[in-house]
Amino acid sequence: MTTQLTEEPPKGKVIVITSGKGGVGKTTSAAAISAGLAKRGHKTVVIDFDVGLRNLDMTMGCERRVVFDFINVIQGDARLKQALIRDKRIDTLSILPTSQTRDKDALTKEGVEKVLDELKTEFDYIICDSPAGIERGAQMAMYFADEAVVVTNPEVSSVRDSDRVLGLLSSQTRRAETEGADPIKAQVLLTRHDSARIDTGEMMTVEDVLEILAVPLLGIVPESKAVLRASNVGTPVILDGPSNAAAAYEDAVARLIGEEVEMRVLAERRPNLFHRLLGRTA
Amino acid sequence: MSFFGFSLKSRRPSSAQTAKDRLQVLLAHERRGGSPSPDYLPQLQSDIIAVIRKYVTVEDDGVDIRMENGQEVSSLEINIELPSRTTAAG
Repeated sequence: MTTQLTEEPPKGKVIVITSGKGGVGKTTSAAAISAGLAKRGHKTVVIDFDVGLRNLDMTMGCERRVVFDFINVIQGDARLKQALIRDKRIDTLSILPTSQTRDKDALTKEGVEKVLDELKTEFDYIICDSPAGIERGAQMAMYFADEAVVVTNPEVSSVRDSDRVLGLLSSQTRRAETEGADPIKAQVLLTRHDSARIDTGEMMTVEDVLEILAVPLLGIVPESKAVLRASNVGTPVILDGPSNAAAAYEDAVARLIGEEVEMRVLAERRPNLFHRLLGRTA
Repeated sequence: MSFFGFSLKSRRPSSAQTAKDRLQVLLAHERRGGSPSPDYLPQLQSDIIAVIRKYVTVEDDGVDIRMENGQEVSSLEINIELPSRTTAAG
């Protein structure tokens, strides 16, 4: 998996970023993960599946450059090449924005499959940014996936929705419906993690969440000011200067491509000198 | 407050200000036309291809349309890939 020296380029891998619940950090994670993969030299494309409520373009900072979109390509109004927006910061990264106006029925299974198949010939990683909910956009984002990143906050409704989504991943997808196919490899990405609140017992721990969901952990992203800042300026957090959130996403990306990286909990606040002198480092 | 040549506010543009500016540009376009990328673009593209084809042979994907929406003006960039003469002759 990690060997880069094989002569035949590996066929593009489709990874869905999903969660069920809204506002947990799907788009932030999709942007960070795709930028992280591209930064490592992998040809990566990130697709916005949230038809009608386009937002990935703003998070990636390419909202002024959208001409054609995913739906134009599915409906044959534009070539894929024309709809892909090449990132200005990393040349191995492209964005396929979604449509702002057209209705969700435009997202047909056949159309999505055709676009993904074409992307697979050119890209190593195809990151599908799922909309919230479990309606058509979310179903289409996960249907053709090889792997899934389930973004979860340590909070009851998010964990419940993640569980629901994990159920759909193992039943309502092509891999689930194809006999003999390996199931989708699903991993949990815990975001908005707040060590201080966990220490005081206010927030469920990583272990609590994993015990309930029973899937491997991809990473722990701390609640961080860097995330809002990055979205303000339209830069994936991984490219927006050093921060704990960026470091956490870097770790997650490394694990996603099969590297062994020790799990670490990065806190937003560093222990101060006084705490260090007392040896109370977290 | 800017006595003595310094102000209490940071000179560095804040990321929040950047966010506001970006939204204002984007929403101005979206409210006007419903979408930052006008719906006539696919039709415009096929019309352009049709006109070019009167004179030279171009592939369907030989026409590339890019748009950049700015605060004051938007620009439409159209690149047409013409077949090279050598291949056409040979």
